Amino acid sequence: MSSHGIRDRVAIVGMGCTPFGEHWTRSADDLLVDAVGDAVTSAGITIDDIDAFWFGTQASGVSGLALSRTLHLPNKPVTRVENMCATGSEALRNACYAVASGAYDVAMAVGVEKLKDSGMSGLSGTAIPGAGDDSRGEITAPANFSLLAPAYAAKYGLSDEEMKDVITRIAWKNHVNGARNPRAQFRKEVPLERIRSAPVIAGMLGVFDCSGVSDGSAAAIVVRAEDAYQYTDRPIFVKALSFVAGPADGLLDPEYDFTTFPEVVASAEEAYRQAGITDPRAELALAEVHDCFTPTELVLMEDLGFSGRGQAWKDVAGGSFDLDGSLPVNPDGGLKAFGHPIGASGLRMMFEAWLQLRGEAPPERTVSTLAEGRSLALTHNLGGGPGECVSFVSVVGSELAH
Amino acid sequence: MPGLIAYGAHVPYHRLARADVAATLGTPAGKGTRAVAGYDEDTTSMAVEAARTALARDCLRPRVGQLFLATAAPAYLDKTNATAVHAALRLDEHVLALDMAGSVRSGLGALVTAARSAVPTLAVLSDLRTGLPGGTDEIAGGDGAAAFVFGGHRNGAPVLAELLAHDTVSDEILERWRLPGASASRVWEERFAEEIYVSLADKALSAALDQAGLKREAIDHLVVSGLHTRACAAVRRAAGTRPEAVTPDLTAAIGNAGTAQPGLLLADVLDRAAPGETIALVVLGDGAGALLLRTTDALPAHRSARPVAAQIAAGSAPMPYATYLSWRGMLDREPPRRPDPEPPYAPPAHRRTAWKYGFVASRCEKCGTRHLPPDRVCTSCRSVDAMADEPMEHVLGTVATFTVDRLALTPSPPMLVVVVDYDGGGRFRCQLTDATEADAAIGARIEMTFRRTVTAAGVHNYFWKARPVRAGGETEETHG
Repeated sequence: MSSHGIRDRVAIVGMGCTPFGEHWTRSADDLLVDAVGDAVTSAGITIDDIDAFWFGTQASGVSGLALSRTLHLPNKPVTRVENMCATGSEALRNACYAVASGAYDVAMAVGVEKLKDSGMSGLSGTAIPGAGDDSRGEITAPANFSLLAPAYAAKYGLSDEEMKDVITRIAWKNHVNGARNPRAQFRKEVPLERIRSAPVIAGMLGVFDCSGVSDGSAAAIVVRAEDAYQYTDRPIFVKALSFVAGPADGLLDPEYDFTTFPEVVASAEEAYRQAGITDPRAELALAEVHDCFTPTELVLMEDLGFSGRGQAWKDVAGGSFDLDGSLPVNPDGGLKAFGHPIGASGLRMMFEAWLQLRGEAPPERTVSTLAEGRSLALTHNLGGGPGECVSFVSVVGSELAH
Repeated sequence: MPGLIAYGAHVPYHRLARADVAATLGTPAGKGTRAVAGYDEDTTSMAVEAARTALARDCLRPRVGQLFLATAAPAYLDKTNATAVHAALRLDEHVLALDMAGSVRSGLGALVTAARSAVPTLAVLSDLRTGLPGGTDEIAGGDGAAAFVFGGHRNGAPVLAELLAHDTVSDEILERWRLPGASASRVWEERFAEEIYVSLADKALSAALDQAGLKREAIDHLVVSGLHTRACAAVRRAAGTRPEAVTPDLTAAIGNAGTAQPGLLLADVLDRAAPGETIALVVLGDGAGALLLRTTDALPAHRSARPVAAQIAAGSAPMPYATYLSWRGMLDREPPRRPDPEPPYAPPAHRRTAWKYGFVASRCEKCGTRHLPPDRVCTSCRSVDAMADEPMEHVLGTVATFTVDRLALTPSPPMLVVVVDYDGGGRFRCQLTDATEADAAIGARIEMTFRRTVTAAGVHNYFWKARPVRAGGETEETHG
């Protein structure tokens, strides 16, 4: 048994992404109509040219009808997918495989989520439906991810103050990037001290350590690589798609130390194998990673192979992942500043790769690594939490391998 | 000779200073503190904690033939509360579990019934005393539980105190009463009942002494319990025992726990009585009752692992009165903007009773990996259905990592959450209770405690939490 990547067999030829944020006047349907419309326009096609749809949402609709009813699709195949916060990426992965298999010529992945209408603080629809017997020790998402901070600090000898400095800098960096993004939920730079002294939500995490609760939608159109130039002069080619659902043993097994996501390590290794990447820090032009909370981004730098074990906090402090660093991470502001409508986030990450690799990102946030000749972008998207999560890693590029 | 074969008490960790009540309400200052059941405790969960202490010796549980839960503050009506205690203690399904609920006198009733029973019987006395803010019942009241197992020599467990004699007197008297649903009791003018109680107590004690063939001077420990403070004092004065035999009550430190008070006071005496001493327990309320016990040589080796005095000493610094009021539902605070908590669903809770109430994990018989909660498939070797039950309630653990969740819905924010690695293997993430934020730390030692996590949609949700292991308060395990 082995996995076979689909490197350079499919391409993304159209994308759309709404602004993320508090869309009080628009419904989930409104948002996905906009994202789908922008995607088909950018590919120069109509909705009728799409053969099949993968629709990702966690809680803003059930079944394929949630999309087909909204778009009044004429008897097209629509599959609703859900994999917690990696739902958007899962929709894209399925659409890519459908085209690569030869089953369809043109497929679309759509992700949408409407969180603000719930009126709740934080993510309220993400609890895993359980027995309702409270025996899983249900905690909020920020609390869940905050478990990483004391564990990381203890393992690598950081004081609480040093740890807080590191995660503060991650939030600061992503706000700097989001300030340069007209689609981002938060478009202001935030001073380090304000981030550091913000009211505490969970553990060490303040409000600025948490991703934005927002509404939004994003969509991508996938075709065979050989057909890509019929639609656009600048397609992006899928180099790797990797997804794992972990054994969820981190909350059972004392061997797990809360300083890593083994699921991310596994999915990254697989993605790098498919894409033929040996040194991601040097080969990638940018990475969009799942910075749901600031300690998550810190740990991801090590799990994705951008930093050595125990080294990411130094690299973060040194600015390695800033917009002008050696590997820009979350140049669009990330979940932190762009916002995190669950089902849309994975496709939003791909949208930034799409803009950057096509040279369409605004100059003030265009990554300098592209000028160095790098042409690959990574997106990483996870759902769940430390100890039990699903993880997606993709690599896309603007050039076909020869 | 039948008698007592085990006992244990539970004094909640939290304290309320009477002076703080006075300062808040502008009333004359009272002295001392009262014990306060945690926001996550009720009479059922406290009963479990007391009974766990009483049954700490593993050999006792299979011997228990019936269980009576006495309380004036039952967590449920119609539904039996003793079955939750029964489930948490993992008693055999053929053990009768019944409530004696409603009246404070049920505490005496459970003790006497247990003492009279032909099969070894667990009597658990539990109460949570409230009153209107600033009222005598609130200030003088207290919360707590105590558990006693009465049985005989032939059951293999040594008798710690022989039952010499007992007597009860019943009297219909409108002295203290409460309509169902009311939050506070009403009492008649106290001088009315005082004289009656002195007379009733004398009748019961005299009858018991006559049965045992003892004089009042033979009593080494006189314990008088009841919610009528003046009557209790009068009975102590009028009892005719040696002055040094009169046992002080514990109300200055923990208040009067009503139904549980005779149990807490008796447990306290057993914690320190020497072998061969005579204890007279006199209980007032809708009549009177008297039990005469004589301690045996077995007592010193089998005392409760959690003495009442140690639990009193290990109590928290006094909590703010406003916090107490909000815990008791008398101060409705703004909740966080979060979804309402889910109530337990009946079928899954029933399917998983051993886990949810008994905290029974599983251990893989192929590779030895422990699983909390119990799994069918081993996370380590992935063997299927090769698991053995693994009771975890007494296993201590160490905190691997932790957080303080300020967004979570809890009656006492913030929610403290710890990931616990248990001695001997296994990990579980759960709430930390009876603790401050400073107690949540990597490397901290914890023990497990049975709690009511939340009440949602009219359903109480019971489950286990971790609490810090504290000097003087920990559960010492004695297996065998």
